[in-house]
Amino acid sequence: MTLDAVLFFVFGGIAVAAAVALILLRHPIHSALALIVVMAALAVLYLLQGAEFVAAVQIIVYAGAIMVLFVFVIMLLNAAREERTNLSRAARYLGVPVAVLLTAELAYLVWHASSANPSQAAGRTDVTRPLALMLFRDFVFPFELTSIVILIAILGALVLARKEP
Amino acid sequence: MPASWYLALSAILFGLGVVGFVFKRNIITIFMSIELMLNAVNLALVAFSRQLGELQGQVFVFFVIVVAAAEAAVGLAIILLIARNRQSLNVEDVDLLKL
Amino acid sequence: MTANAVFSWLVVALAKSAVLLLVTLTVVAYLSWFERKLVAHIQSRLGPYRVGPHGLLQPLADGIKFLFKEDPTPAGVDRFVYFAAPFVSLGLAMSAIAVIPFGPPDAQIEVFGHRTGLAVANLNIGLPFLFAITALGVYGIALAGWASNNKYALMGGLRSAAQMVSYELALTLSVVGVLLQAGSFNLNEIVASQDGRWLGFVPRWFFFPQVVGFFCFFTAAIAETNRSPFDLPEAESELVAGFHTEYASFKFAMFFIAEYTSMVIVSCLATLLFFGGWQSPFPEGRWFAWTAYLPNLALLGGGVLLLLDGLRYHRRGKRIALALLGVILLGAAWLCLAPETNRILQGPFWFLAKLFFFLFVYVWIRGTLPRFRYDQLMSFGWKVLLPLSLANALGTSLLVVLRQP
Repeated sequence: MTLDAVLFFVFGGIAVAAAVALILLRHPIHSALALIVVMAALAVLYLLQGAEFVAAVQIIVYAGAIMVLFVFVIMLLNAAREERTNLSRAARYLGVPVAVLLTAELAYLVWHASSANPSQAAGRTDVTRPLALMLFRDFVFPFELTSIVILIAILGALVLARKEP
Repeated sequence: MPASWYLALSAILFGLGVVGFVFKRNIITIFMSIELMLNAVNLALVAFSRQLGELQGQVFVFFVIVVAAAEAAVGLAIILLIARNRQSLNVEDVDLLKL
Repeated sequence: MTANAVFSWLVVALAKSAVLLLVTLTVVAYLSWFERKLVAHIQSRLGPYRVGPHGLLQPLADGIKFLFKEDPTPAGVDRFVYFAAPFVSLGLAMSAIAVIPFGPPDAQIEVFGHRTGLAVANLNIGLPFLFAITALGVYGIALAGWASNNKYALMGGLRSAAQMVSYELALTLSVVGVLLQAGSFNLNEIVASQDGRWLGFVPRWFFFPQVVGFFCFFTAAIAETNRSPFDLPEAESELVAGFHTEYASFKFAMFFIAEYTSMVIVSCLATLLFFGGWQSPFPEGRWFAWTAYLPNLALLGGGVLLLLDGLRYHRRGKRIALALLGVILLGAAWLCLAPETNRILQGPFWFLAKLFFFLFVYVWIRGTLPRFRYDQLMSFGWKVLLPLSLANALGTSLLVVLRQP
C-alpha cells in the first residue's frame, strides 16, 4: 500500500461519506457544510494528482466564495429542516436499488474503459507557469468570454434580487 | 494511482449528485446537488489531464469553476425571488405557472 | 517513499508543529497583554499591572478564568454547528502557521537526528494556501452567528462575513504586484528574490517599489481580521458583541485566540512579502561581521532593562521575578555568541523583530483610529481599495513587461 493509495482511499472515502451526508441530512445548512467537506476532500485529491494550482483555486473560489454565497442565502431565507417523509413504495423498493445499480454500473464501466490505457504521465514539479501560459495564450478568447459571463451574472443577480422601491 | 480509480470515484460522486437532485425537496439542496455533479466532472477532468499528460484538462476545470460561480449567483437570485413569492422553499409548491 | 522515510518525516513534522503551536499560543497570550498595555498607555492610563510584575501574569489569569468559567449553551441552538464553529476558526488559523518560513532554508536544525529547515512545510503554492485559509475563515464567523439562535449574533455574523469576503478581494489583488516581481508562489523563493541591496545599503525589499500594494495589503488585512477600525460587527457598544454574543468562556477564548492568530499570520505575510522576511536590514560589516551580533545586543539591552526595572520594585516577589527574567535574557545573549547558534539565530530574530513591529502597528492603529460605520466600511472596500489594488497590479505588470529585454 503506497502512500498515494492510502491517501486516495482516505480522502475518497471522506468525499463519498460527505456526499451521502449531503443527501441524508435534513437541514440545508448541514448539507452545505457536507458539500464544503466534499470540495475540500476533492482539493486534496487534486493535490495528489499534481494539480496544485487547481486545488488552491478550488478552495479559494469554490469552497471559499461560492459556498459562502450558498450559506448566506440559506441563512437569510431562514431555511428550515425538511420534514421526514417516508419514501413512496415505488421509490423505496424500485428507485433506490435502481439508482445504486446504475451508479455501480457506471463506475464499473468507467473503470474498465480507462484501465485499458493505463499510461500515467510523470508529474511536473511546477505546474503554474505552463498552466498560465496555456490559459493566456491558447485559451485567451474563452478567458475573456468568461469575464463577460461573470459580468452578465453580476448584473442578472443584482436586477433579480433587487427590492422594489 | 491509475486514473481509473479517480474516474470511478467521479462516477460515484456524480451518481450521488443525481440521487440528491431527484430525491430532495428543498430548492437549495437540489442546487447543491448540481454543484456536487459539477465537482465530480472536475475530478474526472483532472484525472484525464493527468493520464494524458496534457494541461488542457486543468484549464477546462478553471472554466467549469467560473461558470459554476456565475450560475450559482444567478440561480440563488432566482431562488430568492421564488422564496419571496411563494413563501416556501419546497419544490412541490412551485409546480404551477400561475402565481 | 518507504514506510520508514514516511514515518521519520511524519515524526519530525509533528515535533516541529508541536513546538510552533506552543510558541504561537504563548505569543498570542502575550499579545493580548501587549495590546491592553499599549492601548492603556495611549489613553494615558496604566493597564494591567497588579497581576505579576507589570501585569505580566494577566494572560495566565485570563486563561485560568476561561477554563473555569461556566460554559452555558443557549436553548434552541443548532448543537453541531454551535460546537463546531469555534473549532473551525481556531483550526484554520493555526494550520496557516505550518507554511511560514522563519529562517533561510540553509539554516538547518537537528530534530531527532534529522536535519530540517525552519518551516514545517515548504509548499510550492504557499501563498495560495494562505489565501485559501483566509477564505475558509469566513465560515467560522458566519456559522457562529447563525447557530446562536440570536438576532444580533446573526446580524453581526453576516455583516462580518460580508466584510471579510469583500476585503479578501483587495487582499489577494494587492499581492499580485509582489508575485509579478518575485515570479513564484513559494514563500522561500519570494523572500530569496528580495536579496541584495541598492546603493550598497538599501535592501531590495518589495516594500520600496510596491508602496501602494503594501498599504492596500495592510488595510485589507486589518479589515480581514475584523480589527479596529473595521470591527463594527463585533464592537461592544454596537451589536452587543456581534457573532460571539452567545459564546461563553472556553469557546469565546477559542475565537479570541483565532482572531489574534490571524493577526499574527497576516503580519508574518506582510514581513515575508514586503519586508524581506528573515533577511537583516543592515548590510554586512566591511571588516568584521558586526551585524551578526545585533541580536545579542538586543538581548543584552533587554536583559539590562529588565534587571534595572526589577530592582526598582519594592515588593520582593516581583523584584525577584523581573531580575530573574533579566538574568535569563543576559544568559541568552551570552549563549548566542557561539558561531553555530548565532548563525541559526539570525533569520528567526529578524523575522520576529519585523513581526513584532507589525503587531505594534496593529495595536497602535486600534488605539488611535475611530471605528468605521458599516456602510462606510463596505464602500471603502469596494470603491477605493479594490480599484487601487487593481491599478497597482496593472501598473506593476506594465513595468514588468516594459523592462523585459
